[in-house]
Amino acid sequence: MSKITRRKFLAGSMAGGAAIAMAPTKKAFGANLGGFPDGMGVLVDMTRCVGCRSCEAACNKEQNLPDPDKSFADYSVFDEIKHGEKRRPTEKAYTVVNRYEPEGSEPVYRKIQCNHCNEPACLTSCFVNAYTKTPEGAVIYNDKVCVGCRNCMIACPFSIPAYSYSSAFNPIIKKCIFCYDTRLKNGQMPACVEACPQQVMVFGKRKELIKIAHDRIRRSPDKYDDQLYGENEVGGTGWLYLSGVPFQEAGFNVSLPNEPIINNVKDFLAIVPMVLAIWPALFTGFHLLATKGKSHGHGDDHSHDGQEEH
Amino acid sequence: MVSTGKKFMAGLAGLLLCCLTMMNCYAMESYPEEIEIDVLADLYEGVVFDHGLHVMMTEGCAVCHHHTTGTPVVDSYCAKCHADEEPMASVSCQDCHSSEPVTAGNVRGKDALLFHDDKPDLKAAYHLSCLGCHQEMGAPVGCQDCHARTETGDAFFHSGQFAPAESAGSSGH
Repeated sequence: MSKITRRKFLAGSMAGGAAIAMAPTKKAFGANLGGFPDGMGVLVDMTRCVGCRSCEAACNKEQNLPDPDKSFADYSVFDEIKHGEKRRPTEKAYTVVNRYEPEGSEPVYRKIQCNHCNEPACLTSCFVNAYTKTPEGAVIYNDKVCVGCRNCMIACPFSIPAYSYSSAFNPIIKKCIFCYDTRLKNGQMPACVEACPQQVMVFGKRKELIKIAHDRIRRSPDKYDDQLYGENEVGGTGWLYLSGVPFQEAGFNVSLPNEPIINNVKDFLAIVPMVLAIWPALFTGFHLLATKGKSHGHGDDHSHDGQEEH
Repeated sequence: MVSTGKKFMAGLAGLLLCCLTMMNCYAMESYPEEIEIDVLADLYEGVVFDHGLHVMMTEGCAVCHHHTTGTPVVDSYCAKCHADEEPMASVSCQDCHSSEPVTAGNVRGKDALLFHDDKPDLKAAYHLSCLGCHQEMGAPVGCQDCHARTETGDAFFHSGQFAPAESAGSSGH
């Protein structure tokens, strides 16, 4: 029989478990990655938007989406309220423009589409690995492997992924892909950006867009709210917003953390390998020790010594 | 888009020539009364711009022409460098604003010494300047108040003859 006492065994196993529990949180996951260095993005300057819906029409054409319910020249959509909320992207429209009317200000228009996060929550929530963050900055998805679980719809802090409820047999997720297939991978700007008559949007490297945005704020401090939405939110997003009114008045969620959404569950996820690897050995050990005397009957001196030693 | 661009480039070269001969147009009060802005016409027809009317209504050429016409600069930001600028050879919007869509980086890429590198492209220069002022002055701001939509435009916006049937009704989620 070895000299390992129960106390030593317990101390050793706890130390090992603790080491495994602590190590991954510090090393493997690291801090905020900050996205691909040359990732592209779009700067949206809402002070320029007049709500003409050209971007919506361009998206519909570029992505070969089904005919809209209403013409893109129909501005009554700004008054639509569904389930107590303004319009959101759907399987038929990957981007929508909504109108907000802050007090003491002209109406403000806000274009919504996938923000193409540096560390996308949809990607980390997808258990079939349908999502990919490309080096160009797009968050794309493989609809062939999507099983329609809708985890990403819950995970997305911006409520972007839409679901093809209309498909009875193969419902899948649908969302803006930054025109990846037709434009972005060739270095071209998305269709909505090109269509905009007011150049509300500027396409370029995310790094450069951040500089341009801060230049605009510095040059016209009275015109802009002193914040670039998306620079830090949830670890940074590819699409960045400038606003003339406080962001919450234009419907933005201003309570998002600067940490990527995945950080909320990293600590928990780090425990999973410990549970899987350590617990079986640990409890087998407990079981063996607890049943050691009993299985061999009475009269084993060593086992008596072991149990009485404190 | 490119072919239309080229076609209208030729047309606007004429216009530019026109402007060249009238370098001191403001002083001479011999500016063009009417200009057809159609270099980018595609989804919408060109705009028949009543230049004479706008000259009467605005404080000075610099409201639209920045520092290029030799009249006092209005924008204090431009005035930092261009306060005492002579009239320039080129005064039309498209002489400085690119008809190709602008991306971050490609403006400075063409001219490393250019200070104002966050310069809007031509389509945006027109709309930002015209529409911005129209909003402030209470002038018409609807898209078709200035230019009628073409058939291509109707197809693009699913409007007019391409409008979705009213009976489509239930939009679902």
